[in-house]
Amino acid sequence: MTARRLAMLLLAPLLMAQSAPQLVPDISARRVDIQYSFTGAQLLLFGAILYPGGRVPKRQADIAVVLKGPVQPILVREKQKIAGIWTNAESSRFRSAPGFYAVASSKPIADLVDERTAAIYELGLQNLQLSPGGGAQPDKERRFEAGLLELRHRQGLYAENPNGVEISGGVLYRARIFIPSQVPVGTYTAETFLIDRGKVIAAATKDIEVGKSGFERFVAQTAQRQSFLYGLAAILLPLLLGWAAAELFRRRGA
Amino acid sequence: MDIYLPIAGMSVNALLIVVLGGLVGVLSGLFGVGGGFLTTPLLIFYGIPPSVAVASATTQITGASVSGVLAHMRRGGVDLRMGLVMIAGGLVGSLAGAGIFRLLQSTGQIDTVIGILYVLLLGSIGVLMLRDALKALGWLKTPEQAVARPRHNKWVAALPGRWRFYASGLYLSPIAPALLGFGAGILTVLLGVGGGFILVPAMIYILGMAARVVVGTSLVMILAVSAATTMIHALTTQSVDIVLAALLLVGGVIGAQYGAMMTTRLKPDLLRLTLAIIILLVALRMALGLTYRPDEIFSIEYL
Repeated sequence: MTARRLAMLLLAPLLMAQSAPQLVPDISARRVDIQYSFTGAQLLLFGAILYPGGRVPKRQADIAVVLKGPVQPILVREKQKIAGIWTNAESSRFRSAPGFYAVASSKPIADLVDERTAAIYELGLQNLQLSPGGGAQPDKERRFEAGLLELRHRQGLYAENPNGVEISGGVLYRARIFIPSQVPVGTYTAETFLIDRGKVIAAATKDIEVGKSGFERFVAQTAQRQSFLYGLAAILLPLLLGWAAAELFRRRGA
Repeated sequence: MDIYLPIAGMSVNALLIVVLGGLVGVLSGLFGVGGGFLTTPLLIFYGIPPSVAVASATTQITGASVSGVLAHMRRGGVDLRMGLVMIAGGLVGSLAGAGIFRLLQSTGQIDTVIGILYVLLLGSIGVLMLRDALKALGWLKTPEQAVARPRHNKWVAALPGRWRFYASGLYLSPIAPALLGFGAGILTVLLGVGGGFILVPAMIYILGMAARVVVGTSLVMILAVSAATTMIHALTTQSVDIVLAALLLVGGVIGAQYGAMMTTRLKPDLLRLTLAIIILLVALRMALGLTYRPDEIFSIEYL
């Protein structure tokens, strides 16, 4: 029984290779460490397209690469001018907005797939499943969605690069995606899609861990788990530094 | 030189933050203000999340006041008895402030309220100080010069139970300084300011304290209340960024020393004029920020 299953598992890629191409993706780093000098990171998402029998078709298939950060529930507030002052007025919830989202493709997404397919695979900023909550009116929902996308786009947290994937020899692809320093920590997924004639014919997923490490990790954890000690340290630090400076200057002055 | 702030979750230019801390430190040593009214808006302007800016600027206020307190203590410029009464009021005030903060945060109005409070407080204090400084310098003639201002405020004098404050040269009810401390405590939590720019004029004009001990005493009170506020932030909002605080402090404590050294050499009236102008500029900037269309109409809050 187990031997048979094993044999099937081993054979599966070969059998599948007969019918559909496969993707072998990789990432320049499996783990992004956020440390004191972290100002963002450039990730290289690359890989190979394995065609059945090694025959590269004449018609070049396209590649889209999506890097998505952990999903967080958020509340988006909109400022309005009330009595001459800009203040938060309406708000809208989104239950599943990714903290980071970047898509790179070899052609603009709109030229690759139709809207339905793009929505299924969450290809492109317009097709993110943000799960707006609260049964708001559709036009208000759209306004807040547009506001959220634009804000995060300006912060470098949401990005779209319609020409960001380079395919060489029809079989090797690579894309560069920059993640800024203010990204949320967590498990990111890198999805690669092989698209031909408006259809996704192969897909592969890889995980990347983005996390604080070393001193930064220690500080962030202490602030959360040992709040009192952390607070005490935050009080002692200025007292000590202030006293040290005063002593230093008194000696020098006297 | 870029450095990553673990709590703010972003990288900043370390040198810029140190210089900012240094400049604010000079002002704090010079005027006996915590300097938070400059640090907090500047940090927010730089892109630091407001809650982190407020909580971390508080530690800088502590550091800047330590050197100030020591410097003033050596000169005998601290009324400890008065300071303790104000600290007691301040601690209660900071707890009340924390409650108000959370209430405003949940309704999304915290930024607007902070902005309006800044404009109102800084604007009125700035105008008062400017008028006074100009009069003292003789640049502004006042026709009703003959009307002498009473040394004691009549409401303060009406409060029950009087204590003697020898160093301040006062005999008055401890309720008045405790209330002042209470107000400053609320401001420390809410605005990330020490409240020195309110305390100093209030101690001079409302309490009628001897000018010699005003700055030192206000610094003692600011020191204690800002330290308590740091703890409240660490326990509740958990948004004290110790790396950001350290950067601000390195500049701040050294700046405060230079500031304290300068006080003895500069004309006090010119000092007040300068502080009044700085305060009015910050108020103007905040007022513009409230009424001009902001860069970002939308803001994100994590649930």
